[in-house]
Amino acid sequence: MTALQTVCLLAVAVAGTATVLTRDPLRQAVASGSLGLALSVLFLVFGAPDVALSQIVVAGVAVPVMVLLALAKIRTVDRAAAREDADER
Amino acid sequence: MLAYLVAVWLLLAGLYGVITSRHLVHLVLCLGVMQASTYVLLLAIGWRDGGAAPIYADIPPNTPVVDPVVQALTLTDVVVEATVVAVLLALTVQAHKRFGTSDPDALGALRG
Amino acid sequence: MSARARLVLGLGSLAGLGALLVWAVGGLPDFGHPRGPYADLAPRIMLDERHVANAVTGITFDLRGFDTLGEELILFVAALGAAVLLRALRTEGTIEAAAAYEERRGPGTADALRALGAVLVGPTLLLGIYVVVHGALTPGGGFQGGVLLAGALLLVYAAGQVAAVERVRPVSLVEVADALGAAAYTLVALAGLVFGVAVMDNVLPYGTTGSLLSGGTVPVLSVAVGVEVTAGVTLILSEFVDQMLLRSRRED
Repeated sequence: MTALQTVCLLAVAVAGTATVLTRDPLRQAVASGSLGLALSVLFLVFGAPDVALSQIVVAGVAVPVMVLLALAKIRTVDRAAAREDADER
Repeated sequence: MLAYLVAVWLLLAGLYGVITSRHLVHLVLCLGVMQASTYVLLLAIGWRDGGAAPIYADIPPNTPVVDPVVQALTLTDVVVEATVVAVLLALTVQAHKRFGTSDPDALGALRG
Repeated sequence: MSARARLVLGLGSLAGLGALLVWAVGGLPDFGHPRGPYADLAPRIMLDERHVANAVTGITFDLRGFDTLGEELILFVAALGAAVLLRALRTEGTIEAAAAYEERRGPGTADALRALGAVLVGPTLLLGIYVVVHGALTPGGGFQGGVLLAGALLLVYAAGQVAAVERVRPVSLVEVADALGAAAYTLVALAGLVFGVAVMDNVLPYGTTGSLLSGGTVPVLSVAVGVEVTAGVTLILSEFVDQMLLRSRRED
């Protein structure tokens, strides 16, 4: 096991723990992006360029966009519900 | 050995996050951490000391390479799990619209 | 069960599971010395017989092509599921009205972001097509290139061209492309039966290593998967984007 692999594995472990321990979903999306980046570097170091390409594309393009759009939609629903409550009163 | 232990740690951490989650989107991202643990485990099994990446475009045909079979499994897995995360996020948005909350504890009872 | 009791029970079970898992990974072969004979045989077959330079793509679409058929269908069904779930949240006709409203209101994003998005759409499309077609030669293939091509749609949205997004992806076209990709993969897999050999056999001529048409059915299947992944991810992302379009108006 090379030193580079050890460093990358520890970075992935730290990023994964940070993702789990961040409670606010918006901040957690950023931590999840850092986990995706650490994973793609780990895959490169383990001799898997195809998997690294997949991981970069998915964790950089697809997943953060979906998470942010879902969170924005949830916030919109909350705001509309608050507005209706204010209108009723 | 460290690679296997990191995979086990990620699985346990993700599972802890799922158990103690208070927001459905947080739960989905912790599920992503658990998915990452399977990728690390698969690739760690395939690693060969001194092996090159299994692309023969520019290396002589007899060089030892790392195991390409586990890489094939992992790479389709990465893309497919992203679409599963999409379905879960769509469910989250629907649940929030329907019940007004994203807290798994508050969404507990199944109402007819 | 109270939250505290649940937490205690959860932590206890996690500790037990952790102990079992550490015991299990202790029994795996030493790190760096994989024991499987398949790992040595598969690159030999790919390079010598099928003339495929990228052993991983060759295994994905040839030696273990049946697994990839299953994975691709999972993606198809997941895209379908996400689309159905999100479409239930809107009524007919509001998307076009919301897009027209956004167009009149003007884009709210910065000019630099819009210019960057507009400039990068062309190169991203080209890069995605390159990655899909060169799956058998360099790192790449249908899955990676497909998501890249779907990312080009996001760049159009980031460039502020909301109505262009509506015109660029008439939803029925995306759905047809999704179904065509999945069907093309299945038909190529069944083509083995037509040629009198086993299903999923590599029946096209193998070509020379390093040229675009090497590997028999591998580039064909890569393109089929590329079409299907692009269409599936575009469908999912456009459904999410539609939900964002509806946020500027009071919706149902």
